[in-house]
Amino acid sequence: MNALIATNDIRSAPNPMLAYALESKYEFLRVLRTPAFAFPTLLFPPMFYLLFGLLLNRGSDNAAHYLFATYSVFGVMAPALFGFGVGVAIERERGWLALKRVAPMPPGAYLLAKMAMAALFALIIYLVLATMAATLGGVRLAVGQWLLLGTIATCGVLPFCALGLMIGSRANASGAPALVNLIYLPMAFLSGLWMPLTLLPDFIARIAPLWPAYHLAQLALATIGRGDGSALLPHVAALLGFSAICFAIARRWLARAL
Amino acid sequence: MNQAGETIARLQGASKNYGDVLALDQVDLEVRRGEVQALLGPNGAGKTTAISLLLGLLRPDAGTAVLFGQSPQSLAARSRLGAMLQTTGVPDTLTVGELITLFRSYYAQPRTVADCVALAGVADLLRNRYGRLSGGQQRRVQFALAICGRPQILFLDEPTTGLDLDARETIWKTIRQLVAENCAVVLTTHYLEEAEALADHVSVLARGRIVAAGSVQQVRARVAQRRIRCVSRLSEQAIGAWPEVRSVVRDGEHIEIVTDLAETVVRQLLFEDCELRELEVRRAGLAEAFVEITREAA
Repeated sequence: MNALIATNDIRSAPNPMLAYALESKYEFLRVLRTPAFAFPTLLFPPMFYLLFGLLLNRGSDNAAHYLFATYSVFGVMAPALFGFGVGVAIERERGWLALKRVAPMPPGAYLLAKMAMAALFALIIYLVLATMAATLGGVRLAVGQWLLLGTIATCGVLPFCALGLMIGSRANASGAPALVNLIYLPMAFLSGLWMPLTLLPDFIARIAPLWPAYHLAQLALATIGRGDGSALLPHVAALLGFSAICFAIARRWLARAL
Repeated sequence: MNQAGETIARLQGASKNYGDVLALDQVDLEVRRGEVQALLGPNGAGKTTAISLLLGLLRPDAGTAVLFGQSPQSLAARSRLGAMLQTTGVPDTLTVGELITLFRSYYAQPRTVADCVALAGVADLLRNRYGRLSGGQQRRVQFALAICGRPQILFLDEPTTGLDLDARETIWKTIRQLVAENCAVVLTTHYLEEAEALADHVSVLARGRIVAAGSVQQVRARVAQRRIRCVSRLSEQAIGAWPEVRSVVRDGEHIEIVTDLAETVVRQLLFEDCELRELEVRRAGLAEAFVEITREAA
């Protein structure tokens, strides 16, 4: 062992893409090997959809399409909110984030890896939901609509990642899951993901634009031709604005947390 | 060892508050290339805070922290350091091999995986998940992550706490090898023998201030205490009554006396007990020096 430095000296600049790729890969493996996270995240949206979207809704073609779109949005929320909200809280509190900040990890690799993981989980959930909708739910869409909705379901993780990051940069590890649940399920309901807002009290419909899930649901519904006819650009702007605000707050909180 | 190396890490008048608590009070610290700097002190003395400033995890409220001539938060400075923190929270579900592969990807010229595991003594654990390792094995994996980027300065916050003797020897040996290759090491430790075995330079912290600094010998010399050991028919009570004696304890057949004035006490011992044997006088180890210095500071 007297050749510590001389052996196998690989003379090249660090390849940030390699770090990004490995960071994402291991983030995915880490989550996959944590059944307490992976199972509920992957199973809850299909189970909810099976129960409320398929079994309790027999016959209405309109409802079948509406619920498929909104449950796709529901499926987007969990991996992003839990992955960031709970994941960051734990890694911040236990020192893993500090060690990575000390190491020359490429800037952004941590967040991008977690976002890639959330997007991949969201895509898997969408594929399961889409299979159920097409086979059991009688949902008929053009190929382009399936693809576009899948894209929305994947890219739609952004605002929820930002919200989760904000939670994770402040909440303590033991309290984060409860806090995320407290936001996740009520927001799904208040955004009309489980039943149309028109069936809910008027004030719920009026405050719905506060929630990112509402805006994402409007985009999803418009994609399959079931939207309320409102302009789409404000919804996109609302989602981006919401994400930017959450990221900015999280940045400040994280800087203070160390 | 190598005292002439250039300074690569420096705290200058660095202070840090946590709310009302002054964790670090105008601390000056210099670490040179190829030098092992040990930070000693009781819990809460500010050792981890001092390291966190040099690592860029904290910013000083007053004074400066400089690493390789730049901010410790810069990517360039970070790519030349390795760190083993006290709490690390490594994900339980990743394997040792995966963790090392991930950390290697952060560096331009990392050590090979084989070198990392050999140096840290975890070669047989590559396929094991981190969460299934013992505390000592986890510590060694953290050491492997700290050295995988060929650091020029290595920060070790209580590196061998909870390690068995073999594992500790492995890590000590690797630290000595790295130092021989001109790597600087900043070490906090409770194990004084660790500082005595490794350190060129010792800084003793108490209540956020450096109360003593210098080579191991210099710090030890700060304390006049010496230890006398002998077999005598005199009783502990009788010896304990002498004004120069700080303490007396019996260790089986032997008596151990701690005093500032060893010559006087030895003269008295020989005078009162002509059958006295196995007389031994030695200077206090770092442990005694350290207790003494921090008590003075309190």
